[in-house]
Amino acid sequence: MNTPNTLTVKNLKTHFFTKAGVVKAVDDVSFSVKPGEILGLVGESGSGKTVTGFSLIGLVDEPGRVIGGSILLNGDDLARKNEKQWRELRGKKIAMIFQDPMMTLNPVLRIDTQMIEAIQAHEDISKQAARQRCREALVRVGIASPDERLASYPHQFSGGMRQRVAIAIALLHEPDLIIADEPTTALDVTIQAQILYEVRKLCSETGMSLIWITHDLAVISGLADRIAVMYAGRIVEQGSIDEVLDTPLHPYTKGLIESVPSRNKRGAKLYQIPGMTPSLLNLPAGCAFSSRCSAKQSDCLVATPEITQLGEERQVRCFHPVKQEEMA
Amino acid sequence: MTIETSLKPPRKQLFSGDTPMSRFLSEFVESKVAVAAALLLFTIIMAALFAPWITPQNPYDLAQVSVLDARMEPGEQSFDGYTFWLGTDGAGRDLFSAILYGLRISLSVGVTSGIIALVIGMSVGLIAAYVGGRTETFIMRIVDLQLSFPASLVALMLLALMGKGVDKIILALVVAQWAYYARTVRGTALVERGKEYVEAVTCLGLSHARVLFLHIMPNCLPPLIVVGTVQTAHAIALEATLSFLGVGLPQTEPSLGLLIANGFEYVISGKYWISIFPGIALLITVVSINLVGDQLRDVLNPRLRK
Repeated sequence: MNTPNTLTVKNLKTHFFTKAGVVKAVDDVSFSVKPGEILGLVGESGSGKTVTGFSLIGLVDEPGRVIGGSILLNGDDLARKNEKQWRELRGKKIAMIFQDPMMTLNPVLRIDTQMIEAIQAHEDISKQAARQRCREALVRVGIASPDERLASYPHQFSGGMRQRVAIAIALLHEPDLIIADEPTTALDVTIQAQILYEVRKLCSETGMSLIWITHDLAVISGLADRIAVMYAGRIVEQGSIDEVLDTPLHPYTKGLIESVPSRNKRGAKLYQIPGMTPSLLNLPAGCAFSSRCSAKQSDCLVATPEITQLGEERQVRCFHPVKQEEMA
Repeated sequence: MTIETSLKPPRKQLFSGDTPMSRFLSEFVESKVAVAAALLLFTIIMAALFAPWITPQNPYDLAQVSVLDARMEPGEQSFDGYTFWLGTDGAGRDLFSAILYGLRISLSVGVTSGIIALVIGMSVGLIAAYVGGRTETFIMRIVDLQLSFPASLVALMLLALMGKGVDKIILALVVAQWAYYARTVRGTALVERGKEYVEAVTCLGLSHARVLFLHIMPNCLPPLIVVGTVQTAHAIALEATLSFLGVGLPQTEPSLGLLIANGFEYVISGKYWISIFPGIALLITVVSINLVGDQLRDVLNPRLRK
C-alpha cells in the first residue's frame, strides 16, 4: 500500500479556447496510479477521458492547453516540460496505444522499420540489436513466427494482430506508464479477450502502470484494479473496481451500470440515462449531471459538489450519493 | 464500377508476392496502352542513352558532316553510299543521328530539372503542411504567385536575363515548376498529418524531422510520382518551346526544339522532313510519358482502386 505512485495527477485542467468560448474538457481532475496497477477511465463520448489521456502525454492540440494542475510521473512534474523534454519522455517513459489499430501503423513502412525506428529514437543501438528486441517484443504479445511478421506490411495483418503490434511497440522501452485509449473497441470480442489477458499479464509481470480509457464497463470489470468515472470533464466517482461496480455512489455510475445489458434481466426494458451529455460550452449551474439525475434536489442546481473522500481510495462528487438499499 | 469488375474474369496474378511493389506492377500491366507506352518510352530512353553507339554519324563532329549532303530527302543516298533514311538538314547532318542526340539533351534536361524541382517542391510543401500557421501561409502565397504566371513566361523571362546554356535552362525549368510539386505535396501531407499513425509516432518520441521525412513523406509519394511524370513531359515540351524560340540551348548543344527551329525555314520550300521528324520524335516522347503518367495515376490513386 505504501509504494510510491507511478503517476499522480492533481487538479489537472485542460481547456480549449475556441471562438465560441472556453471548453473545459478536463476540469479539476485528480487521480493516481501505482506500479503494476490498471486504472480504468470510464465515461461517455465527450466526457473528457481522451483529452485526459492526451494531456498526460503532452499531445493536446491547439486551441487546447493544459492550464493548471500537476502531472507527477515518478515525482517529476510533466506539466512543466518543454517540447524537447516531452520527446524524450514519450515512448520511453510513457507510451500510448490508440483506438484504431488500422490507423496507427504507417501503411507504407514495414513493421521492422517502424519498430526499429521507435527503439533508435531513444537508444543508440545497432540495427541488429534493435531487431532482436523487436522480435522479443512481438513474441511477448503472442505473435507467432515473429521473423516473418517483422518483414511484413501492416495491411498483411488482421486487426487483432495489428493491435498486438501496436502494444508491442508501446512495450519496447518498458515504459512506466501506458495510456490505452479504447484499444479494443475496434476488435471483435474473442480477440478483445485475448488482448485483455495479455495486457493484464504484462502489467503484473513488468510492473508498469496502465490507464485504460474506455466506455465499456464489461471490459473494465474484468481488467482494471481501480476505476475512475468521468462526466463532463470531471471525475465523479473513483474507487476500487469491486466497490464502484457493486455499490456505486454517484447516480451517473449507477445509471451506467444499469444500462449494461445482462442475461438475468432478459425481456426487461434496459435502463437508459435520460437526456444527453450537456455541451461543455455551457454547462448548467451547479452539478453538471443535475439535468439528467433522478436524485436531484434543489441544492444540486446551485452549487457544484466537491469531492467527498470516503476511505483511502474511494471518492465521489455528489451531494446525495446513492444509498445502498436503493440498489435493486 | 462494381458491376464492371464483377463481370470481369478473375485477375491474372502476374506477379506473386504481396509487397506494395508487386501489387503496383500487377495493376500497372492491366492497361495495354500503358504497357506499350512504357516500352516505347524505355526504347526512347535507351536510344538516347546509347546514341553515340547507335547512330551512323556524330552530327556535331564537323569532320563527319559534309555540306554536299545538305537537305537530302529521306531515303536519298550520300556520295559515300550511305542512305539517309530520315534525310539531312541544312548543314548536311543525318537527321536520324541528330534526333537521337537531340533526344539525349531534351530528356536529360527534362528529367534533371524535374528531379530538382521535385526535391525542392516536395521539401517546401512538406514543411508548409507540417509547420502550419504563418510559415505555411507565407510559402503557399509564394506558390500561388508563382502559379499565377504561365510557366513558359517565367522561363522565358529568366532565360532572357541569364542567357543560354544547359545549366541556365535547367534552372529556369526548376523555377517554373517547383510550385506544382509544392502544392501537390502540401495537399497530401495535410491529409497525412491528420492521420492517427502520425500521432502514434509522435507518441513514440520521434523527432519532427523523422516524423516528416520517414513517416509522412513516403505516404505523399504516389501523387507526387504522377505529377512528376506529367511535369517531366511538360519540362521537355517547355524546353523545346524555349529552344525553338531561340532562348534555350545554344546551337552547339541542339535539342529537339532547336532541330525543329532549324528546319522551320525549309518547311515552306517543301523540305518538310527537317522539322517534321524531330517534331514527331518530341511528340512520341511526350505522349508516351503522359500515357505512363496517366496509368500511374489510376494505379496509385486509392479512390480509383478496384
